[in-house]
Amino acid sequence: MTIINFTPVSAFIGGILIGLAVVIFYVGNGRIAGISGIVNNTIFAKTNRIDNFLFIIGLLLGPTIYKVFINPEISFVISSSIPLLVVAGFLVGFGTKIGSGCTSGHGVCGISRFSKRSIVATILFLGSGIITVYLIRIFA
Amino acid sequence: MRAFIALISGTIFGLGLTIASMTNPAKVIGFLNIFGAWDPSLAFVMLGAILVSAPVIYIQKNKLKPLFADSFSLPALKEIDKNLVVGSLLFGVGWGLIGLCPGPAVASLVLLNSSSIIFIISMLFAFTLVQPFKK
Repeated sequence: MTIINFTPVSAFIGGILIGLAVVIFYVGNGRIAGISGIVNNTIFAKTNRIDNFLFIIGLLLGPTIYKVFINPEISFVISSSIPLLVVAGFLVGFGTKIGSGCTSGHGVCGISRFSKRSIVATILFLGSGIITVYLIRIFA
Repeated sequence: MRAFIALISGTIFGLGLTIASMTNPAKVIGFLNIFGAWDPSLAFVMLGAILVSAPVIYIQKNKLKPLFADSFSLPALKEIDKNLVVGSLLFGVGWGLIGLCPGPAVASLVLLNSSSIIFIISMLFAFTLVQPFKK
């Protein structure tokens, strides 16, 4: 196994901040900071609409603060294939909706609550993600 | 106060994602590329987050209500069902194809990159499509 681009310190600090955000939202508002649910509920749910909307505004404010005060360059390397982006976005939307959560809701919040469903979900999406990347590397 | 808490949580969350470079799809693909040249960073992000949130949530377990709301809103479902399994597997495939999940996808809109915008539109379309079938 070769290890590359490993940035443990910034990853850990960023992780601590994410944990702090989860704690504030949970202790303050009694809610799970799961982004797929928050985005979905901003559009479809009538309750907590302002809170959900403001959480998303914050999610945009965070990287803006980083750009202004820490580093104007945020590296962002992504595929430009439109069909691939459409298919991936659709699978992420469809999958998180019927699976009731994504990396934040299941992977961070759910595991922190020792939720059996979230532990299973996280193992499954990590597994299918790893297999997908492996297959792309072999065939593409 | 609840609105302020939501804004603050979202901002700290977005800042954390950016500091950890999780807004960069290549970084996420590097983590999922466990059988190739592997970048373990994402595991450290999850570890850092869980080390902070798990103990606090655990301590809060017997509390009847949060500070600024009438009750905790936690998922009602407890059992592992077909939706959870199929949904999570499909989400993982989409995640692996591009390297974006919902949080980083939203945060990366700040960069005004057309790829994230296309991804988000498609994700919202899927939400809309499933909405009538799911309570």
